Amino acid sequence: MAANKVVIQDLTLQYSDGTESLRGVSMEIRRNAVTVLFGPAGGGKSTLLRCLNRLNDLTEIKASSGKVLIDGENVLDPKTDVIVLRRKVGMVFARPVVLPLSIRENIVYGLELAGEKRKSQLDQAMERSLKLAAIWDEVKDRLDDPAAALSGGQQQRVCLARVLALQPEIILLDEPTSGLDPISTGKVEAALQELKKEYTIVLVPHSVQQAARTADYAAFFLQGELIEYGEGKTMFTTPKQQRTEDYIMGRFG
Amino acid sequence: MNRFFAHNRHAVQRLGYSLVTLMAVLTVIPIVSTILFILYKGGPAISWEFLSGFPHDGMRAGGILPAIIGTVYLTIGTAVFSVPLGIAAAIYLAEYAKDTFLTRLIRIAIINLAGIPSVVYGLFGLGVFVLFLRFGTSILAASLTLSIMTLPVIISTAEEALRAVPQAFRTVSISLGGTRWQTIRRIVLKEALPGILTGVILGLERAAGETAPILFTGAAFFLPRLPVSPFDATMALPYHLFVISTQVPEMPVQIQYGTALVLLVFVLSMNLIATVIRSRARARRQW
Ligand SMILES: Nc1ncnc2c1ncn2[C@@H]1O[C@H](COP(=O)(O)OP(=O)(O)OP(=O)(O)O)[C@@H](O)[C@H]1O
Ligand SMILES: [Mg+2]
Repeated sequence: MAANKVVIQDLTLQYSDGTESLRGVSMEIRRNAVTVLFGPAGGGKSTLLRCLNRLNDLTEIKASSGKVLIDGENVLDPKTDVIVLRRKVGMVFARPVVLPLSIRENIVYGLELAGEKRKSQLDQAMERSLKLAAIWDEVKDRLDDPAAALSGGQQQRVCLARVLALQPEIILLDEPTSGLDPISTGKVEAALQELKKEYTIVLVPHSVQQAARTADYAAFFLQGELIEYGEGKTMFTTPKQQRTEDYIMGRFG
Repeated sequence: MNRFFAHNRHAVQRLGYSLVTLMAVLTVIPIVSTILFILYKGGPAISWEFLSGFPHDGMRAGGILPAIIGTVYLTIGTAVFSVPLGIAAAIYLAEYAKDTFLTRLIRIAIINLAGIPSVVYGLFGLGVFVLFLRFGTSILAASLTLSIMTLPVIISTAEEALRAVPQAFRTVSISLGGTRWQTIRRIVLKEALPGILTGVILGLERAAGETAPILFTGAAFFLPRLPVSPFDATMALPYHLFVISTQVPEMPVQIQYGTALVLLVFVLSMNLIATVIRSRARARRQW
């Protein structure tokens, strides 16, 4: 099994308004590790994430080129089955968006769409994923309550569990803790450390501190360009690029 | 003067507030007084015989059952055509259509359709459904005519209700491997349903109360028995009211107001249903 789950080759993307959000980005994303994409606002981090599960299909794009190889297959190829891809590459968003359904229905939503009808399977998947997302104990007695009644931190872990229920291979998280208190944030981060044993995780952190705490590998993005990429430990102690150092030290602006 | 207002901002505000309140009260007065007036004049006419009997003595006595039944048939007939078509059109416009010349044209057509006087729909129905398609003066022709009149209301309210559903729900559903249609069916439609229903009921309510569109397409002056097929003509409350108010000499006023009251209750109870649905949904809504 190759160590790299994802290989990005010379990826360039321009939105329909002319903004060039990614410029010739090439990098590898390791299996069973947390890869952190960080940098100032507008750097293209979210755009890159949305290339991995083709969520950019929902927005108007003027031009894109390059390749995103997942297990060796270019997912940007128009022939890719995006439904299958999105089950394989799950995504957690910045704001916890629970669907207007019960907790249970939220978790099994993706599986039901995929055609799973057997209740035992659904129940099993639900319990497993809620446990993995470290939220089972908090919701196990109220699975049929509306998910919207949970706190923001709980909702975000439900969103994570909802992704896990599909047994994806890659999990993308776009500032998943930006709206959460430190305790909820800690729970999510701890869950990620647990999850990376089985999954490939790509995280856009909401702060440099979080990047440093969680990164096995880190990639620094500035205005659509990948400035520096390497092991997290090295990056946050001895960055090679001046611009990376400036950003990490908070000397940016 | 300027200084006066500057120093009395609160006074000005209070004055403005009082004016607005006054206006609100003024608009309520005609509505309430109409209802009370009709209730007062028509109330005594209401009896079991009036609701369940046929008119006799040249409609100067007896009941209005055929008109009630006819209006129910026409409302159902209108719903059969306009609801599926209207909702489908709204889904297309809100969820699928790109902003092109064609969709703009469709939108403009819908807006203009809503502004056409109802008698014009009546003439259109006469030309197309009664004569050209040979449906005759019938429930079918009248329902189709009322449907065309109702469609713009249903389409625009349903489209608005669909657009009000947060975009994030769609993104999330798609990111979980949902297709567009699965997303619409399971999430978007479900959330938009109360708004859609409100529009449907408001549209049907207007259809139920209209005279002009059914005048040439399906309404009968008097029928000795109830319609049995969609190709039969029918009596209907608004047309019956028009007939007994203008076409029948020496008509007892009580029957006129009694008929008006029944029509009013019919329409207002639909309104009430819409209000209940809306407020229930608002209480339950999670966004
Ligand atoms: N849907 C869109 N349409 C047009 N331009 C967009 C769209 N989404 C993002 N952009 C632009 O692309 C650039 C990169 O945006 P992106 O959201 O990927 O950055 P980011 O690194 O995630 O920033 P942030 O830290 O603020 O989330 C920005 O200039 C942004 O304005
Ligand atoms: Mg972003």
